[in-house]
Amino acid sequence: MKLTLLMYLIPSLIMFGCGIYGFLTRKNMIAMLISLELMLNAVDINFALFNRFLYSGNHEGMLFSLFAIAIAAAETAVAIAIIINVYRIAKNVDINQINKLKF
Amino acid sequence: MDYSQFLMMPQEIGLLAVFLLVFLYDTFMPRTTQRALPLVTVVFFGVYIAWAFLPPAAGKCFGEMFEASNATWGMKNILNIGVFIVLLQSVKWTNNDFVSVRRGEFYELILLTLLGMFLMISARHFLLFVIGLETASLPLAALAAFEKRYYESREAAAKYVMTAVFSSAILLMGLSLLYGACGSLYFSNLAFGISAVNGINWMLIVALAFVMAGVGFKISLVPFHLWTADVYQGAPTAVTGYLSVISKGSAAFAFMVILVQVFGTLYQEVWQWMLYALIVLTITVGNLFAMRQRNLKRFLAFSSVSQAGYVMLGVIAANQVGMASMMYYILVYIFSNLAAFGVVMAIENHCGKVTIDDYNGLFKTNPWLAFTMMLAMFSLGGIPPFAGFFSKFFIFVGAASTGSVAIYVLVFIALVNTIISLYYYLLVVKAMFIRQDECAIERFKSHWTERAAMVICVAGIIFVGLASCVYTSIVTLVEESPNLFMMI
Repeated sequence: MKLTLLMYLIPSLIMFGCGIYGFLTRKNMIAMLISLELMLNAVDINFALFNRFLYSGNHEGMLFSLFAIAIAAAETAVAIAIIINVYRIAKNVDINQINKLKF
Repeated sequence: MDYSQFLMMPQEIGLLAVFLLVFLYDTFMPRTTQRALPLVTVVFFGVYIAWAFLPPAAGKCFGEMFEASNATWGMKNILNIGVFIVLLQSVKWTNNDFVSVRRGEFYELILLTLLGMFLMISARHFLLFVIGLETASLPLAALAAFEKRYYESREAAAKYVMTAVFSSAILLMGLSLLYGACGSLYFSNLAFGISAVNGINWMLIVALAFVMAGVGFKISLVPFHLWTADVYQGAPTAVTGYLSVISKGSAAFAFMVILVQVFGTLYQEVWQWMLYALIVLTITVGNLFAMRQRNLKRFLAFSSVSQAGYVMLGVIAANQVGMASMMYYILVYIFSNLAAFGVVMAIENHCGKVTIDDYNGLFKTNPWLAFTMMLAMFSLGGIPPFAGFFSKFFIFVGAASTGSVAIYVLVFIALVNTIISLYYYLLVVKAMFIRQDECAIERFKSHWTERAAMVICVAGIIFVGLASCVYTSIVTLVEESPNLFMMI
């Protein structure tokens, strides 16, 4: 059986959807961060896929996914540092407890 | 490699030089000289501004990824002026006992984010654009968490970083769909790819919506504005001022370039209407929420949401008049908003009071602060003869220059909202001048750097509107930048 573009694309889109769902429903900040990671990884898969199946003449998509991975790592590092920073005062990473600023 | 390409980016090189000098000073100078670091940064930055005003180089470099034109040159100089005021305002705050250990980091991160915004403005390839966007947004999360002694600052940073990463994931998804549809990430190639598509391609529409959502977050347009008030309230006031004018202004310019250059052929059918809805929502919701705020920083946050809607009026015009009026609006907005933040910061540094009720009777005790705040509020509300009136006038002219009836209606909605916004801007003026309070903020003398920043802002508010040469030169700059509106 030959693997087509769609057979890779559907899992990546499902992954992206799971990421959005997780980000919106999870109450734990670390779990939200994991959901964000899922979304960013779905994007990386997408770029590599389109490049490999549709535009294999150049390497623009592969290069972009390399950069996207690096950016995702930087984002996670900053986010983790800030979550730890909050945890030190609130002793908690539950977003229902971190709600002192609201209208 | 052809190293002469670097001559195309004199402003970025100069900024990088300032960053390196500040970094070396922070790292290697003895402890006793560290207290001078903020002023040294201000001086370096002032020299750099003079350098950045040298006549622009125009052209493309680095495989056409980076474009320097007269319009980008003008926009970067407008941002430079704003950053100079922010740096001047923050001198006193970074010298207090709690922040002074980390003051070097504050200046380094501010300069780095500015570099990211410059890349965003000049990028003609989405890879460079994304790198610029991330360079501009990640250090801002660290800056929002800068006041470590306050819990609010940490919470604000957590909210900012979560929403920033979420929106950039959405943006990247949009870009991947765009790449799938057109096979390139160069703005010019994408534009030709999109114009070759017949009829409606749903993949492109989804990609456009995702890109608008991702960048709209940075400008805090309404469905994506939920982070704004919390972050503005919790972050240190210097960072709030930076976020509200510099970050917003650069993102608005980059947004216009992307919409016009990449999605130019979809203007009539698609993105004009998307942006239409966003503008109506942004102006109205921003105004309605601003009315019920008691905390001044939160109030300014919602006011800046509604101002972002006015900035977008220049984008929806999608022509040279629109772009020129948008740049002018951002320039005026920098002066008026930073004047307001300057007063808020001076009072907060002195006694830590930030609610509107604390300002009761301010005119009796501190007439000059009250006067500056009044000018800022008048300018934000658009009362003649201050600059805010002229910027609103030109942005309405810019939007109306398209001549379509729907946009006339939009301009009318914006006009009605201007009247609503006058109500809450004048609430602050009323508190300062009319209402009395026994325990009003006592008379105090603000730091000379804060006063200098306020003088620059007041001069800007009064003269940028009256001196017509400012608007004319911005129009000339935009007209000298060809090919910008080729695809419309």
